[in-house]
Amino acid sequence: MAYPYKKMDESDFAYIRSVTADDRVWVGEEIEKEYYRDEMPEYGVYPPELYVEVIDKEEVSAIMAYAYEKNIPVVCRGAGTGLAGGATCKYGGIMLSVMRMNRIFPVDHKNQTITAQPGALLLDIQAAAAAEGLFYPPDPGEKTASIGGNVITNAGGMKAVRYGLTRDFVRCIEAVLPDGSIMNFSSNVVKNTTGYAVKDLIIGSEGTLCILTEVTLKLLPAPTCSCTLVMPFASLEACADMVPKVLELPFVPTAIEFLERELIDIVERTLNKQFPVKQGEAVLIVMYDASSRQELDSAVEAAAEAALANGAYDCCIADTPERAGTVWEVRGGILEGMKADSVSQEECDVVVPRSQIAGYVKAAKRIALSHGIRVEPCGHCGDGNIHTEMLRDASMSDEEWKSATHACLKELYALSKELGGQLSGEHGIGNGRLEFLEEFVGPRMIRLYKAIKLAFDDRLILNPGKVVEFNKEK
Amino acid sequence: MKIVVCMKQVPAGTKVDIDPETGTMKRLTSETRTNPYDLFALEAALQIREKTGGTVTVLTMGPAQAESMMRDAYAMGADEAVILSDRKFAGADVLSTSYTLYQGIKVLGGADLIICGKQTTDGDTAQVGPAIAEHMHIPHAAWVAGIEDVDEKAVCVRQKLGRVTQVSRIPFPCLITVDKDSCVPRLPSYLLKKATRDKEVRVLGFADLPNQDLTRYGLIGSPTTVERMFAPPEREKQVYIEGDAQEKADALFAILTEKKII
Repeated sequence: MAYPYKKMDESDFAYIRSVTADDRVWVGEEIEKEYYRDEMPEYGVYPPELYVEVIDKEEVSAIMAYAYEKNIPVVCRGAGTGLAGGATCKYGGIMLSVMRMNRIFPVDHKNQTITAQPGALLLDIQAAAAAEGLFYPPDPGEKTASIGGNVITNAGGMKAVRYGLTRDFVRCIEAVLPDGSIMNFSSNVVKNTTGYAVKDLIIGSEGTLCILTEVTLKLLPAPTCSCTLVMPFASLEACADMVPKVLELPFVPTAIEFLERELIDIVERTLNKQFPVKQGEAVLIVMYDASSRQELDSAVEAAAEAALANGAYDCCIADTPERAGTVWEVRGGILEGMKADSVSQEECDVVVPRSQIAGYVKAAKRIALSHGIRVEPCGHCGDGNIHTEMLRDASMSDEEWKSATHACLKELYALSKELGGQLSGEHGIGNGRLEFLEEFVGPRMIRLYKAIKLAFDDRLILNPGKVVEFNKEK
Repeated sequence: MKIVVCMKQVPAGTKVDIDPETGTMKRLTSETRTNPYDLFALEAALQIREKTGGTVTVLTMGPAQAESMMRDAYAMGADEAVILSDRKFAGADVLSTSYTLYQGIKVLGGADLIICGKQTTDGDTAQVGPAIAEHMHIPHAAWVAGIEDVDEKAVCVRQKLGRVTQVSRIPFPCLITVDKDSCVPRLPSYLLKKATRDKEVRVLGFADLPNQDLTRYGLIGSPTTVERMFAPPEREKQVYIEGDAQEKADALFAILTEKKII
């Protein structure tokens, strides 16, 4: 089975309509172009043969059982905000949207959890928790992402420094396997050593192992106050050198980000959002959450003193939501700003040990320059996840841009590996980083990945050609 | 150049406690913050000082707790901070508040430029600034959306007045009230905060003011009686537009055009 897949025909369309509904199925040209791609069209634009919006797990199960029998590939899609070319129909077939499965169940106070269907938006989950005085910490920049997408890609984000990743908040999962069976992975328990930790394998599997239909998430008591500090430095390298000093303090920061003045200028120019700190060629942004004003003040004072002792020009204090808003709005506008300021972008999402951040930043700039590319390292330096943004200027031809970014990425990945890092920190492999994976992890690891894929999806019908690629060999 | 910025401490957040008996706001029960508009006023003053030199004095009328707001202003770069605090000032309306602030400015020896926020987020009258100018018999411009230019003699401001944008050059002394988003207020600096930790915040009472006529201050000096005060109900009206993409876009376009948003 598997490659080549069955080309869908009228009988397949009719069957999918019969197990769902006529007004929730679109075929061929009727399908909106936005479903051909995710947020990174650079990583592939592929038209599905059929697009269906499901409303419950039974429909998912019926579609999967049919696709399994007929050898039709299926790609599950949430809000489509991925950055790896993951939720695309690389081999055609069915695109199955779970966005109508967006129910959020009432907060379970006794277990301090919230349960939701995969199409619920992250911002709605956060709001539902907040309304009950609780807190769902994972905070990737994209708040209109679906919770299903967050879980299946193990979304990280800024607050990972203090709270960890999406995986750290998933209690249990209900999912449909490629053959249509509905399964539960773990349950609403705090500990579990029952068999293999399959739940944790599914989280971050990028839709290649199963389709998530319900998830239960752990919540925390909401912090009562927070403060954001902006430390201006003479260079990005000086910011990077400050990171371990912040982490050495007896207060755990919620987020540590850095931004170069050039990038701030881009956001100010293209989005007309002004940054409230004018000093410094680069700034380190440090955020603290606390449950008391006293605790917060101590953290702020310790961090500010450490900054001054390590060469910061000052330490600016955004101690109200409005003030913090002016800082984070500019930080949040980076991707949009860069899109407005360049013809196209390529992004390197490496993660390196925190001790190697400064080394990576220095070398990355040198590497990009040697290939004639404008590069902007930014992002979550508190966890070593440096988003190295490459920007294409109008003067570069398609061919020049392609070969330069490819060569640059190869060197950046090699650098990350040399420093003890990984290829992707939070955006995932998808289709976009697939070609670089084998060289990074080695052939034995790829065999292991393939064995895992086959254990779930022996006919290779679920999101084929992502993370691992079999089909072309067969 | 001597610049005075009038500020006010207001309840934090959008929820305000109102005493059902007196119809006045309960101030001490909730957390406070600087009136957000006043931060734009202070930023405008600091930017002007950077251009022309001189001093920025922040002035407020309120209880002693206002000191924390004044320390925040020091950390943003204010040179001097003065609180007008006296039980005799309590219960003041727009008229007596503006009169008290005017008296305070007199004690400070006057000012070339007085900058206020357009309005406060608790009283919302937007009248105190212009009223101070009237007491002082100086020109004023309200709703300033941006400072176009400034020199030793005058300030040139851009006002957004509904459908018209007006640019005016106003000679000193004068008063302006600034809208938010006229600039982005700078963040308090830790260095300045440390440097001004022991710096005095001057407190002036009734006895320090030139006019000792009690009937001009506080509740006695307030001809306005508030009948009832209440937080406005939150707007929750939502419109759902049905139809396919084209129909929805047309309907949305029609609504936005009708409301003159586009």
